Amino acid sequence: MTEFPRTPPRQSWTFSNDANAEIRRAAATGIYDIRGGGSKRKLPHFDDLLFLGASISRYPLEGYREKCSTDVWLGTRHAKKPIHLDIPITIAGMSFGALSGPAKEALGRGATEAGTSTTTGDGGMTEEERGHSKTLVYQYLPSRYGMNPDDLRRADAIEVVVGQGAKPGGGGMLLGQKISDRVAEMRNLPKGIDQRSACRHPDWTGPDDLEIKILELREITDWEKPIYVKVGGARPYYDTALAVKAGADVVVVDGMQGGTAATQDVFIEHVGMPTLACIPQAVKALQDLGMHREVQLIVSGGIRSGADVAKALALGADAVAIGSAALVALGDNDPVYEEEYRKLGTTAGAYDDWHEGKDPAGITTQDPELFGRFDPVLGGRRLKNYLKVMTLEAQTIARACGKSHVHNLEPEDLCALTIEAAAMAGVPLAGTSWIPGRSGGPF
Amino acid sequence: MLHTATAELTAADREGVKVFDLTAHGLRALNQALHDFRRNPTNETVWEIVNTKGAHAIAVGVDAPLDITVRGTTGYYCAGMNKQATIRIDGSAGPGTAENMMSGTVIVEGDASQYAGATGRGGLLVIKGNASSRCGISMKGIDIVVHGNIGHMSAFMAQSGSLVVLGDAGEALGDSLYEARIYVRGQVKSLGADCIEKEMRPEHYEHLEALLRRGLADGKARPEEFRRYGSARKLYTFNIDNASSY
Repeated sequence: MTEFPRTPPRQSWTFSNDANAEIRRAAATGIYDIRGGGSKRKLPHFDDLLFLGASISRYPLEGYREKCSTDVWLGTRHAKKPIHLDIPITIAGMSFGALSGPAKEALGRGATEAGTSTTTGDGGMTEEERGHSKTLVYQYLPSRYGMNPDDLRRADAIEVVVGQGAKPGGGGMLLGQKISDRVAEMRNLPKGIDQRSACRHPDWTGPDDLEIKILELREITDWEKPIYVKVGGARPYYDTALAVKAGADVVVVDGMQGGTAATQDVFIEHVGMPTLACIPQAVKALQDLGMHREVQLIVSGGIRSGADVAKALALGADAVAIGSAALVALGDNDPVYEEEYRKLGTTAGAYDDWHEGKDPAGITTQDPELFGRFDPVLGGRRLKNYLKVMTLEAQTIARACGKSHVHNLEPEDLCALTIEAAAMAGVPLAGTSWIPGRSGGPF
Repeated sequence: MLHTATAELTAADREGVKVFDLTAHGLRALNQALHDFRRNPTNETVWEIVNTKGAHAIAVGVDAPLDITVRGTTGYYCAGMNKQATIRIDGSAGPGTAENMMSGTVIVEGDASQYAGATGRGGLLVIKGNASSRCGISMKGIDIVVHGNIGHMSAFMAQSGSLVVLGDAGEALGDSLYEARIYVRGQVKSLGADCIEKEMRPEHYEHLEALLRRGLADGKARPEEFRRYGSARKLYTFNIDNASSY
């Protein structure tokens, strides 16, 4: 019998092993996949941008000898007491509940030692973070868990959270496994139940009553505190413009790489825009209103290094916020716990079942045995080191571009490696003067 | 009806009553003066706020045992985040009245707009007229007594505290309710997801009687006339079989 050549087995691109595995998982369990973190897709990102550096047309500054400042003022528009930070890298809101008390303490310690702010989250303000944070931003969320006027007054700024990058249009989720007595008490809910925070605020619905809500918060706090408005990266041009119209001092735009404690994977991966695409639109809105630098812009979602910081600032942000990166600095997903990650059916770097509360690193858990492993003093020191390194990296780049302040970085200092990044960031493709789409639309 | 004539107000500016003209002096001056009591209490604890003209954020963030009467209709968030004070709105109240109240008492002589008592954590809100939609949304310990009717989606995601309604309730009462208690005397147009009628046991009659008394409604209604509603607790943990309720 003649042996004919056979077509080799061919995997489908569409029905990939990952796609099929998810179909099987859905068929077996009847529930969507829930996880923490941000988008894991390969998205156009800061990696696709490069700095040009100084040459004959502009001269660089001497590293370590010529000053390159990094400080930032936030809340200068209306607040009697605007915030002054030493570095333009802040810690994003992460809740006590999602994170352990010691992890929140470490964030406060690290941020304070590095001269920056940290932020509360859904669930209210804890003594750990207030006590250890020189500058603490208090989030005002749809759930209003733990919300009270005393904490508003002892906050240094108030962040009205409209959305977050991981899930623009979605509410919070904290599953029963993490609802300890303390978390339940702070949120005024029974222990052990799943907590789904609302996606809309209970007492305002649009930009006109957001403006009144901001007025109320200012009146309650005697116009002292900067008021931020945080939006997920959905329609950053309009959302930024409306936040400014509503009276925000600071607009926070969070791209889809920004993490969350827990939500549906389908939400994380399929709703929202990459951080890179959000920044130019938000900056354009501020410029069109004549408010760029008057209302400050904080950008978050996938910031990992000083290069990312410098690129975000060069595109027009006043500061950035980090969440996932701060957790990694504290020890999240550290290969030192590989054996335990394996037991949980995952591996270091891929662990994202934060909602289950079994974090071997003791960060995203309410289990006393697990969070007891985490040393908040050491964690704070690691975060401080990381923030310092990022700042030095951003300064290195800024000096190379001839800037005496990191805020002097500008889009003209950048070029893009890909057409996508050039279009999104609004900077020329490397070696060309081509900015795709620049002549075709408003952005 | 509820708006006291100006002539009477002048007469009300008697000993011990501090009359504040909001139109003349502005919102900032009002709230600052009320806040100053936190650190520097004085004997001027009885206030009347006049010429409100529907202003927003009147008497917000008060944290002192003051007795404040707001003459006229208010805009959004009157008495927001109140602590300790007794605030009487001698008129109708705009959206979000007494939102996130911590303690004290807020009395609305007229009707209240949407989200009255939203997320309130303590104290007592009395609405002598009707309340609009989403009354007591996400309430977290506040007690609300409404002498008239309430609108749709009231007590949505209500966590704790009590909502007492002497009149009727609109659609989807108590949707996604947690542990808050709801008592309604009249008709309920429909119950929201996971909200069910529950038996009135002796402790509930006792509880309700006290609420009616505190809510200035004793004599207007008797506890036996009410039905009690609460959470079926079926949505407390996610179950795919309940997906149609979400």
